[in-house]
Amino acid sequence: MTDTREHLVVVGNGMAGCRAVEELIARDPHRYRVTIFGAEPHVNYNRIMLSPVLAGEKTFDEIVINDAAWYAANAIELIAGDPVQGIDRAAKTVTARSGRSVSYDKLLIATGSDPFIIPVPGKDLPGVISFRDMADVDHMLAAAGRGGDAVVIGGGLLGLEAAHGLSLRGMKVTVIHLMPTLMERQLDEAAGWLLKSALEARGQTILTEAHTAAILGDTQVEGVALKDGTVIPASLVVMAVGIRPSVALARDAGLAVGRGIQVDDHMVTSDPSILAVGECVEHDGNVYGLVAPLWDMCRALADGLTERHTGYRGSVTSTKLKVAGLDVFSAGDFSGGDGAEDIVLRDASRGVYKRVVVKGDRVVGAVLYGDTADGGWYFDLLKRAEDVSAIRDMLIFGQAFASGGGQADPKAAVAALSDDAEICGCNGVTKGKVVACIGAGNATLDAVRATCKASASCGSCTGLVETLLAVTLGDDYSGERTVRTMCKCTSFGHDDVRREIVAQGMRSIPEVMQKLTWSTPDGCSSCRPALNYYLLCALPGEYKDDQQSRFVNERLHANIQKDGTYSVVPRMWGGLTSPKELRAIADVVEKFDAPMVKVTGGQRLDIFGIKKEDLPAVWADLNAAGMVSGHAYGKSLRTVKTCVGSEWCRFGTQDSTGLGVKVERMTWGSWMPHKFKIAVSGCPRNCAEATIKDFGVVCVDSGYELHVGGNGGIKVRATDFLCKVATEEEAMHYCAAFIQLYREEARYLERTAPWIERIGVDYIRQRIADDAEGRDALAARFRYSQTFMQDDPWAARAAGDAREQHAPMAVFTPLDSAPVESWREMA
Amino acid sequence: MIGEWLDIGWVDEIPVRGSRTVQVTGGDDIAVFRTGDGKVFALLDRCPHKHGRLSQGIVHGGAVACPLHNWRISLTTGEALGEDKGCTPVVPVKVSAGRVLICRTSVLKAAA
Repeated sequence: MTDTREHLVVVGNGMAGCRAVEELIARDPHRYRVTIFGAEPHVNYNRIMLSPVLAGEKTFDEIVINDAAWYAANAIELIAGDPVQGIDRAAKTVTARSGRSVSYDKLLIATGSDPFIIPVPGKDLPGVISFRDMADVDHMLAAAGRGGDAVVIGGGLLGLEAAHGLSLRGMKVTVIHLMPTLMERQLDEAAGWLLKSALEARGQTILTEAHTAAILGDTQVEGVALKDGTVIPASLVVMAVGIRPSVALARDAGLAVGRGIQVDDHMVTSDPSILAVGECVEHDGNVYGLVAPLWDMCRALADGLTERHTGYRGSVTSTKLKVAGLDVFSAGDFSGGDGAEDIVLRDASRGVYKRVVVKGDRVVGAVLYGDTADGGWYFDLLKRAEDVSAIRDMLIFGQAFASGGGQADPKAAVAALSDDAEICGCNGVTKGKVVACIGAGNATLDAVRATCKASASCGSCTGLVETLLAVTLGDDYSGERTVRTMCKCTSFGHDDVRREIVAQGMRSIPEVMQKLTWSTPDGCSSCRPALNYYLLCALPGEYKDDQQSRFVNERLHANIQKDGTYSVVPRMWGGLTSPKELRAIADVVEKFDAPMVKVTGGQRLDIFGIKKEDLPAVWADLNAAGMVSGHAYGKSLRTVKTCVGSEWCRFGTQDSTGLGVKVERMTWGSWMPHKFKIAVSGCPRNCAEATIKDFGVVCVDSGYELHVGGNGGIKVRATDFLCKVATEEEAMHYCAAFIQLYREEARYLERTAPWIERIGVDYIRQRIADDAEGRDALAARFRYSQTFMQDDPWAARAAGDAREQHAPMAVFTPLDSAPVESWREMA
Repeated sequence: MIGEWLDIGWVDEIPVRGSRTVQVTGGDDIAVFRTGDGKVFALLDRCPHKHGRLSQGIVHGGAVACPLHNWRISLTTGEALGEDKGCTPVVPVKVSAGRVLICRTSVLKAAA
């Protein structure tokens, strides 16, 4: 007897196709006759479990969702290993690779996605694979059996899972990631940094901001070359840079295709007889590459096929990394933005970072690292858009805390801790000890720190100790800290942060933020430049300057003016110049139409009104005449002002001009807490105004008087006399030592004048004038640091470095700006 | 409407926690931002305070600090945050398959 039921043909035997059929059977097991085509020679398996198979935690049989018996029991015909290659919509038939043709009443396209292969030379070499199906896993297992080096291109979810598996299988793995942060679509910088550290500790090499230039090899892959010239050997290259909806079949059939196959809320394509579901579809402008939306789509689809028409409304997604021992979770929107408030909890000793984003009393996003136990709870709050105002204060501590006790009071939670509960892990101080310490009269945080040492080390328990102060003292607790914090992102002051950076050997901004429990995900415009400077100062030659943590002037190496143009000041050593330099400056002024040139107070020329786009060309012209950046824009050495000295002046006692040039050659290019000005006067008449500079030299017959801490700005301050030295060499040596002391000990954005007023000139004298050994060490550290600093930043930019900072991304002339109809494939 | 979107380039051409500009002939530039978590936003490149180039500011969280006087401007609404008052027009932007698309009408408005 022939089956007269409507025939549903499913193209794709993956998770979406089979789930749709399961949902349909659950609603009406006899409604349709079902045929499923699969490209792979397997029954339906759980693709997201390929990672555990690769890692050896599961076998293929364990990840099968529907075995052969399921197809048989439901009278489903499975045609595996024979991909459909064409749809004839007029005849309502599909044709597979083998030539087999099947007619349909309803067609369901569930072709999923294709891995994106980056178009680099060598991409087709044997040994270059993607991570998408069981065949890829078999490839990887075979390669791992031979051992050697593997490169994974792509530090997203899939790439890291592949890297983890290969690493467990004994390969030496390098991950190449284009972005600065791993899994940047799911994680913020802080969590990304924790993840990177953890993977590195497991022996993987993680290269971020690494651009793949080519895959090397003749008949088999041998390595990967990066754009910076690095070559990484590899006998296996896994490309996991992303996926694209697989739409070729639908497009060839003439269905409406955008980024994916376009479907309505009932998963119906532009042809009413053809449906589509899963990663291959575009719904309401969205495409999804995660599994959860599939389930929602399949429910809507099955409802539609059985005339229920509930409709699909899009999905909110969450992500979990499937790497054993690394708990990473992210969900929703954590871009912050208006009205969004971040609640951040960092526990440095446990390696935990939790961030919940709340907007209008609703959870809108969460990123969890190290402790993901509450991921599901946050995701649930998010999806249900539950009002969390009542539990807001306790939210970050998780469900157990927030729901327990009934009242949302962090003080109550701390008060409820037992006396044995450890407050300070670093110094092993229990709650009982802290309370006893407070009871003995230590009524401030600093007093507690000094007495029982709680929160005196890493400081991550500062909040707890403050709460204990409040709980124990009640209204008597003033709640005011004596140390001003660096900014609202941290409870630490500048000095604490610097001390800990050095003491704990911290190496990056995210690391500082994690270890010192920053309360914001990526800091603010106050702390980021400060941290960048502190790290740069602590790790000369090792720390990679973070351009995005610098003020615009230091990023563009010119001074922004109020109209958005820039001023450019080339260095004139000691205020000396030459016809060649003057001609070059004159030519630049004319060529780039600069509206003004001005002689500065620092004895050089300032060219105004240069457009950001023209800066590299201006610098190239100035470089060609031998001039370099004057750093007139930086928290750095500005100028060394001189008078003409003994060479010309009838009063001059020493060669002040010559010394000024030497000092400037020694000190230029160094980054400092704030701007730094030097002057050398040839006699006590002091024409170079050395006594209102950060470091001033006044020459006398018998030698050189050294002065420090002057300022001619808002609050005029004359220098303090430091000491007198006999030779030029000594003057320069003391100068180097003083600058290094300032670099290492002053707070960011603190000029030498307020710094010296704060710490006292006696301290400076003791460190620089009295302590010869210490002076030598300071000067040596300065000179070492300078070996990395004295590269003209203009030369690199003129040669094309960081071009993107100067050029617009695009230019539009509105009248002829053609809109794009859809996203164009890369040529 | 798809036809209303202008393709301005790859998303990774914008530095993370940074910005690029789109120059509009005869009008204000548009600043396109990328935050630490990879989201893309666009505003007119003009602080409501003294018209500073927001594209040159430090991007942190979901805001940018204007380089001229450190006003913090929300990237989602263009509103000044904290005590300051003022608003910069927001330009609708979206990312599609790695390409950044901005709203054509807003660009035309910027030029008007």
